[in-house]
Amino acid sequence: MSDELTCQQLIAFLDEYSSGEQAPEVRAEFERHLSGCPQCVDYLRTYQATVAIVRGACGEPDVAPPADAPEELIQAILQARRADER
Amino acid sequence: MTTTAAETDAFLASLRAGSADASERFVRAHAARALAVARRFLPNESDAHEAAQDAFLSFFQSLDRFRGGASLGTWLHRIVVNAALMKLRARRRRPEVRLEDLLPRYDDAGHRADVQPPWQKTADEILSDAELRQRIHERIAELPEDYRNVLMLRDIEGLSTSAAAEQLGATAGAVKTRLHRARQALRSLLEQDLA
Repeated sequence: MSDELTCQQLIAFLDEYSSGEQAPEVRAEFERHLSGCPQCVDYLRTYQATVAIVRGACGEPDVAPPADAPEELIQAILQARRADER
Repeated sequence: MTTTAAETDAFLASLRAGSADASERFVRAHAARALAVARRFLPNESDAHEAAQDAFLSFFQSLDRFRGGASLGTWLHRIVVNAALMKLRARRRRPEVRLEDLLPRYDDAGHRADVQPPWQKTADEILSDAELRQRIHERIAELPEDYRNVLMLRDIEGLSTSAAAEQLGATAGAVKTRLHRARQALRSLLEQDLA
């Protein structure tokens, strides 16, 4: 990879940079670009924030759910399951 | 209570064979959590019930595609999230976005041509704002299905690239490309709300 890594090249492989998959010499090229490009630093920050937001907004909840679901919901699910099996 | 791998395999075989007893045990064990997850996306109680019910049906229908790599509960969780997102999108009447419109644009020198002002909040601040959280759910629901599925499997369910590829019948390269594009597109959608 040349010394003149562009923003486009960096962003194309941002997932690999972000997950630490790159070889050390490639990572060094990325860090050299980032040290002089605040726009790519901001893009990287918001890209990583997006991943964290998805996990936080949709991941499995840490807290225990209520012990029981409404019986009517359980029966509706089981009835739909039986109808689907036929 | 601990469960051995052999017990888990036997239970899975019973579910796949359509055992009414195994189905009921599974529903009773997981319905409360599934409903709690659906409620996070859908303020309307009857929508949350419908999403949970749709999710269990999809779960039972897709058991033959379950290859391990995550627990049955985690597999169900992802299906509940997807069912809730679909219900949300139907309620908001928002179409899927065109992914290509949401990827970064560059000038001839490879510099970005579409730089927006920085986001004003951190991920933690965004997640602790109930209104923004709801907006995030709506934005994820707008992603095209192929991309949303990869995002779910990799970033929510936490499957490896190869496990996600196997589940989707895609190559590992395709999964990596789709995931990166999905994250970039969602980043652009969120930027419209946050910059």
